Amino acid sequence: MDSFLGRYRNLSLLLLLVVGQLLLLAYQVRSSQDVPLIRVWAVAAVAPLARGLESGRAAASGFFSDYFILRDVRAENERLKKELGELRLKNHFLAAELASAERAKALEQYRARIPSKTLAVRVIGAGVGPDTKTVFVDRGSSDGVQKGMAAITPEGIVGKVVAAYPMASLVQLITAQGAVASVVSQKSRVRGALKGTGGALCTVDHVENKDPLEPGEWFYTSGNDRVFPRGLPAGQVTLVREGRGGKEVLVAPSALKSRIEEMLIVLDGVHGLIPPPGEPPAEGVSLLPPPPPDGQTAEAAAAPSSNSGALTDADRLAERYRRLTAAQGVQLGVKGRVADFAREPAAAADPAAKKAETPAPGRMEPPRP
Amino acid sequence: MSRLEDSLSAGLAARGKAARFPAALYVLAPLAAILFQVYVPRFIEALSYLELPLLVAIYFALMRRKPASGALIGCVIGLAQDALSPHPLGMNGISKTLSCYFAASLSLRFDVENTVLRFLLGFFFYLFHQFFFWSLSRGLLGQAVDFPIPQTVISAFLNAVVAAALFSFLDRFRRED
Repeated sequence: MDSFLGRYRNLSLLLLLVVGQLLLLAYQVRSSQDVPLIRVWAVAAVAPLARGLESGRAAASGFFSDYFILRDVRAENERLKKELGELRLKNHFLAAELASAERAKALEQYRARIPSKTLAVRVIGAGVGPDTKTVFVDRGSSDGVQKGMAAITPEGIVGKVVAAYPMASLVQLITAQGAVASVVSQKSRVRGALKGTGGALCTVDHVENKDPLEPGEWFYTSGNDRVFPRGLPAGQVTLVREGRGGKEVLVAPSALKSRIEEMLIVLDGVHGLIPPPGEPPAEGVSLLPPPPPDGQTAEAAAAPSSNSGALTDADRLAERYRRLTAAQGVQLGVKGRVADFAREPAAAADPAAKKAETPAPGRMEPPRP
Repeated sequence: MSRLEDSLSAGLAARGKAARFPAALYVLAPLAAILFQVYVPRFIEALSYLELPLLVAIYFALMRRKPASGALIGCVIGLAQDALSPHPLGMNGISKTLSCYFAASLSLRFDVENTVLRFLLGFFFYLFHQFFFWSLSRGLLGQAVDFPIPQTVISAFLNAVVAAALFSFLDRFRRED
C-alpha cells in the first residue's frame, strides 16, 4: 500500500483533494448549510486589504478629482481672464470710438450752429520739441487752411494756425509762449490780451488794478485781434491780484482742459456775441438776436442795422468818430478844427447812427482807420 | 513548427528543473489576484472576465513542475475564491485543483518558459477551468447555467494574453533550484 501511494503520490493527492472537495460540496448541498469558518477566514483576510484599497482609491480619486477640478478652474480662470482682457480692450476701443463720435457730433453741431465757416480737423501729432505747445492737424492749405486762422472747439479757443502745409497744418496752442488773443471779460467787460505762458494757464495783460475782476469770471474773445471771432470762450479766471503795472490775472483756457483730438479751423470768421453773465460758456456763440447796447431798448436793437459793415468794436468806434465829426462839422483828414471826441453825439440827432452801434453778427472786416 | 519542437525538446532537457519562489509570493500573488477580482470589476466591469487567481495558480503549477504541489496550490486558491463567492465551497477548488494538476503534469514535458506556449496553455486551461466549473454546476448542483462558447473563447484569448504578460512578470521573482 505504501509503495502504491509512493508511486502514485501525485495522483493520490489529486484524488484526495478532489474527493475532499466533493464531499464538502455534497455536505453543503445536502444540508443546505454553508461552511462559515472558511468564508470567515477568507473574508477576514481580504476585507482589511479591500478596505485599505478602497481608502487609497477614495483618497487618490479625491486627490485627482480635486486636482482636475482645480485644473479646470484654473483653466477656466485663465480663459475668463483672457476674455475679460479682450472685453476690456473692446470696451476701451468702443468707448474711444463713442467719445470720438460724440466729439465729432458735438463739433459738427457746434460747427452748424456758429455763423463762421469752419473746417473740422483732427490732430495727427504734436510739434517737435519739448513743450512746443503746437499740434499738427490733418488739413492743410489744399483744404483752404491758411496761416493765421483760428482754431476753436465748442469749449473755446484752441490757438491759431502758424504754418499751413498742403496736407497738414501746425496749430499753436493758446497756452504756448507768444500766443496772444484779444479778450474781454463776460461780467465786467474788462478788456485785455490773453497770453500763453508755456504752462497750463494763460495770463491776461493790460488789465488795470481798478478794473473789477473776480476769480471764476469768464473771458471771451473780443475779435479785436482779427484772428478769433468775437464771442468765443477763452477761459475762466483762476487768480486775480493787484500788481505794479496792473492786475495779474491767470486764466485757465477752457478748450485745453483735456487733450484735444479734434478742432475747427475758422476759414471765414463771423463775429458772435458775448453771452450775458450767468449763461453757460458753451453758449458763447449764440444765434440769438444781439442784446441792445447800454441805454437802448430791445425793440431798437431788433431793428435792422443800416450799416452791416460796423461789426467790430473798432468799426463801431470809427463809426462813432465819423458821426461825432459830422455832428460837429469837422472833416477828418483836413487841417483845421479838431473834433471833440469826448462829447457824446446827440441821441436823437442821428438815429441811424444809434442803430449802427447795435452789435450784430457779421463778417470780420478790418476797422477803417 | 520547428520552434515548437525545439521547445518540446528543451522542455525534456529541462525536465526536473523546478522553480522556487519566495514564500511570501505564494501568499501575496494569489491574494493580490483575488483582491483584483473582488475589487477592480466594481469600477471596471469589463475586467471581470480576467481570471487572475486561475492564472496565478497555473503559473505556480507550471513553474513548480510538481503535480502534487500544483494541485494543492489550485485547491487552496480555489477554495479561497469560493469563500468570497456566492458559490458553494469547492466549485472553484475542484476546477482549479484539476487545472493546476494537469498544468504541472504538462510542465514536465514542455518548455513552459516559451511565451507562445504560455499563451496556448493559458488559453487552454482557462477553457478547461470554465468548462469543468460549468460541468460541476450542472452535474453536481443541478444549476441550469449556460456555457456561451464564443464569449468563453474570447475571454480565454484575453486571459491568455494577460497570462503571457503576468507569467513574465512573475518570472522576476523566480529562483532556480
